[in-house]
Amino acid sequence: MKKAVENIYLVLIFLFLFLPIAVLILFSFNTSSLNIVFEGFTVHWYKDLLQNRTLLEALFNTLIVAGVSTIVSTIIGTISAYGLHKYSFPGKNVVNELLYIPVVIPEIVLGISLLSVYTLLKLELGMVTLILSHICFCIPFVIISVRSVLEGVDPHIEEVANDLGASKFQIFTKIVIPMLMPGILSGAQLALTLSLDDVVISYFTAGPGSNTLPLQVYSMIKTGITPDVNALITIMLGVVFVLLMVSTVVQLRRIKKEAIS
Amino acid sequence: MKNKKLWKYFFIIPVIIYVILLIALPLIYILIISFFQSDYYGGMISTFTLQNYIDIFDQVYINVFLKSIFVAGVTTLICILISYPFVLAISHKKPATQKILMTLVMVPFLTNSLIRMYGWLVLLRKSGVINQVLLGVGVIQEPLSLMYNMFGILIGMVYTLLPFMVLPLYSSVSTVDPQLLEAANDLGASKIKTFFKIILPQTLPGLFNGSLMVFTPALGYFFIVDILGGGKIMILGNLIKNQFLTARNWPFGAAISIVLVLITSLVIFAYRKLGGKMEDLGGA
Repeated sequence: MKKAVENIYLVLIFLFLFLPIAVLILFSFNTSSLNIVFEGFTVHWYKDLLQNRTLLEALFNTLIVAGVSTIVSTIIGTISAYGLHKYSFPGKNVVNELLYIPVVIPEIVLGISLLSVYTLLKLELGMVTLILSHICFCIPFVIISVRSVLEGVDPHIEEVANDLGASKFQIFTKIVIPMLMPGILSGAQLALTLSLDDVVISYFTAGPGSNTLPLQVYSMIKTGITPDVNALITIMLGVVFVLLMVSTVVQLRRIKKEAIS
Repeated sequence: MKNKKLWKYFFIIPVIIYVILLIALPLIYILIISFFQSDYYGGMISTFTLQNYIDIFDQVYINVFLKSIFVAGVTTLICILISYPFVLAISHKKPATQKILMTLVMVPFLTNSLIRMYGWLVLLRKSGVINQVLLGVGVIQEPLSLMYNMFGILIGMVYTLLPFMVLPLYSSVSTVDPQLLEAANDLGASKIKTFFKIILPQTLPGLFNGSLMVFTPALGYFFIVDILGGGKIMILGNLIKNQFLTARNWPFGAAISIVLVLITSLVIFAYRKLGGKMEDLGGA
């Protein structure tokens, strides 16, 4: 009885979570362009999508911004997490406190303050400012993620490597990075998710030539959205879903292995 | 020896530059222009004034503040009420099932939040899917107003912010010792008593963490209010956005942002006083 109630509740919540996405996927195959009732099946909108330059450009920009900001913030975040863990320097506490600002502050404040500084520095809004802003809010999450792994690492390992004559560079690339890999990967995944999900900061720091997919959809909501947008969303969701399933299967195997041993 | 110093610089200089240029400088600059004067043509005059802060005490803006806190507060409350039974139900499953279900929770959040709001628009509007279905079945005669009102905004907010409550609460719940729950059960404690005496106290860190991560973003999500609220209702996010992009009164927009930062600081102060740790935030 209790199990049944629990399962029904879980189903209802998952329904709530998936409904708005399911409806977009469904309408991407709809013959009517009005997104109101399902009239018949078609892949017409997927062909339209290939012709829609604005939409493809927005997709391209989104992927570039997400890719570049994930890579850069993962590199800087990993180096910084290690530096903050290992070295002390004047003002370290202040740096540590300031790092949490992008995590807790409402995004809009970060968005308008970055916009103001770009204007002050006479930087023209575009891909560069957009990527810089995404790096800005991704770095702290990578640092937090890497740091949580660093805390469990035995400091003697590095000492031993040093005693055995390994150079600093060898220690960092051959020992530290492999040990931190789980934290680095989950940090990178977090950065990628945050970058793909962002609306608010992009809204203030993108320029005319750097429309991303969410910004494009935002402006289209006011004028009317064509179903090829639904098609694009469906494709992106499919890719993300496959990637996620692969990573879950890998993790499930690890859980099973741990259960056996 | 010199080599060692160089290595140290290599590891600490990037983060120092980052913190100064992309965090401290922007925020200090916003603080400075919040004391500037607007020239009404979108520019700023750099003479010191407190006028922007005085202007906030206009009834119109006070109402926006109150409405924002209402929206964020109710959103947080609904997220708590939905999440507790949800994570408890998940925690009763086998480890592998738990992993799959928690991954499924994350799947919708890998599409952009604005695109999901568009999905809700398709569902909720007058000619939307939900109204079509209800009309078709004959439950209602007239389409319901499910959006362009507070209801629509709350749906959007709860939907967008729910994982920020579910994730910390789930990791909190998984630390509760199952033997403790069994003991409570054996000793005849009711489900409600077990929840309030054991589960709630032990999951408070997750609850506070989640509440912080839901409440503060909810004050600023202007696009949710824009799309599902229909422009009649305004929260702080909309007000700031309008001052920066439409009214082009940057000093006033900056002053409101500073007040928003103060509210956030207050919430974080409370979180820390309650024993919350900063490093637990954002790690989910």
